[in-house]
Amino acid sequence: MIYRLVFENLKHRPVRTVLSAIVIGIQVTMILTLVGLSHGMLQDVADRSRGSGGDIFVRPPDSNLLGNSGTMAEGVVRVVRSVPHVALATGTLVQPLTAFEFITGINLDEFNAISGGFEYLEGGPFKNPDDVLIDDVEARSKHLHAGDTLDIGRKWHVAGVVASGKLSRIFADLKTLQEIYPPAGRISTIYLKADNPANIDAISDALKQKLDTYKVYKMEDLASLYSVNNTPLLPQFTAVVIGIGVVVGSLMVFLSMYTAVLERTREIGILKALGASPGYILGILLRETTLLGIAGTIAGILMTYGTRWLMSRFAPTMTVNIVFEWWPWAGLIGLAGSLIGAAYPGMKAARQDAIEALAYD
Amino acid sequence: MIEIRDLKKVFHVGDVDVHALRGVNLSVARGEFVAVIGPSGSGKSTLFHILGGLTPPSSGSVFIDGRDLLAMSDGERTNLRRTSVGFVFQKYNLLPTLTARDNIEIARHIAGRKTAEEDPQFQEILRLLGISGRLNHKPRALSGGEQQRVAIARAIVNHPALLLADEPTGNLDTENSDAVLGVLRGLNERLGQTILMITHNPEAATFANRTVRMRDGHIVD
Ligand SMILES: Nc1ncnc2c1ncn2[C@@H]1O[C@H](COP(=O)(O)OP(=O)(O)O)[C@@H](O)[C@H]1O
Ligand SMILES: [Mg+2]
Repeated sequence: MIYRLVFENLKHRPVRTVLSAIVIGIQVTMILTLVGLSHGMLQDVADRSRGSGGDIFVRPPDSNLLGNSGTMAEGVVRVVRSVPHVALATGTLVQPLTAFEFITGINLDEFNAISGGFEYLEGGPFKNPDDVLIDDVEARSKHLHAGDTLDIGRKWHVAGVVASGKLSRIFADLKTLQEIYPPAGRISTIYLKADNPANIDAISDALKQKLDTYKVYKMEDLASLYSVNNTPLLPQFTAVVIGIGVVVGSLMVFLSMYTAVLERTREIGILKALGASPGYILGILLRETTLLGIAGTIAGILMTYGTRWLMSRFAPTMTVNIVFEWWPWAGLIGLAGSLIGAAYPGMKAARQDAIEALAYD
Repeated sequence: MIEIRDLKKVFHVGDVDVHALRGVNLSVARGEFVAVIGPSGSGKSTLFHILGGLTPPSSGSVFIDGRDLLAMSDGERTNLRRTSVGFVFQKYNLLPTLTARDNIEIARHIAGRKTAEEDPQFQEILRLLGISGRLNHKPRALSGGEQQRVAIARAIVNHPALLLADEPTGNLDTENSDAVLGVLRGLNERLGQTILMITHNPEAATFANRTVRMRDGHIVD
């Protein structure tokens, strides 16, 4: 019975209802897209690291896992190679270009040995110092083909387009990159392959002993290492976005419910004259808000598929995952924002004086 | 059933005290149909609002069915409205978004009772009111007389001890007025419903068993 009243109320002002649901939905989408983007990007980085073919990688002492900070001397590669059971090892240099882009210097032969080699979709390996390889995602997003010029700080010649998934999106020859971006002889990461997967733990332990201040990561731990909480500032940024979402969502619901209460002064008076308690009146408005919140959450989830499609179309290097675990959270956050917004109008309605309300035209 | 002694009601409007009731005395027995007449501003509606638990009295004593209204808290007055009195207003005051049936049912729901469909006596009442065939319509599809009869059905759906009607025919033409007044008298005669009705119309007052007159916050005879 009470749901019929709630439902009729929502139906009575369809535009207001739909707008409120959409604004709550935008709040939900903001959260889900950001979370999806975080997860997607991190997973993408993790997948590509794994694509290097290495079992373990070593980073310099002053580095952090996510981020391209810190370099070490090339000589460390020899130390790594000297550890028992290490079959192959190669150093790479990651040179950041912009916030999201970087070029990776590799020793092509060594890298191929570890990774199993590139799959060339166009062109072929580096020949000249200014040659780069790009992956197909980069090629698509910048509309490049083998033979074209890639202008990132300096002009590179695209020697080949390779299938994505192997560590980086842009590769140059390590020696060349080291010369361009001094100091010379520095590398940022060493990837190594064990002679037998059974020896990975032993190698990792030995490396930690030998290179005691260096960071040694096992590839199998990567999924858990590359998490949102390990990423500098990402949890804080997510919290800020959630906060903004809640504020915007609750303001919308506040306005919507406030006008609804004003407009229904008389109806509320009637219900009170019939013996409805303040709690009963509040209950009607909170149910209405909850329905709006649920509709908004569903709208928000659907809109997330929309933003994901837009990203894949216009920013292919940015991967938005659909993170199902976050659906209930985003829904709860949307609902919480709505209920916060409905609290004051709800109280106002619950406290309304019946006689005044009935005298009101 | 209703015992009112020296009932006073003062409204404080800014610095001004408005004495709406200045010592009302009235007794109404169970099963009576009493018309209350008197000029505008004489305190008729205020008296009804107090009897209906919409506003607290200032002083004096008011008992309905042995319950002391002066001692009641807000919650107890809400409970009184829910269970013991039914209101009918001049402006019908139906909920515009609900059908006639749901307007009646919501009063049952508020009182926490089962649907009126399961109440055989209430089906009888609907026939008496002549609105059985109009229940699936929303108020705007009903005539004024039909709306007022739905409002009466809503007011008595919980079998209140007392039905208060504040100018129930004030917005109706003669034909519809007579229908509504006939319904009220029928409820009184067949079901023994106790009714207090405010009216401006002396003819309407003739439907009641007894008429009391108010002036300046007093009952004058
Ligand atoms: N809520 C209120 N606040 C202040 N004065 C009121 C209020 N309600 C009624 N009054 C005053 O009380 C007096 C009686 O009003 P009312 O009971 O409505 O009379 P009636 O129904 O007989 O026309 C009037 O002077 C009116 O202005
Ligand atoms: Mg009046």
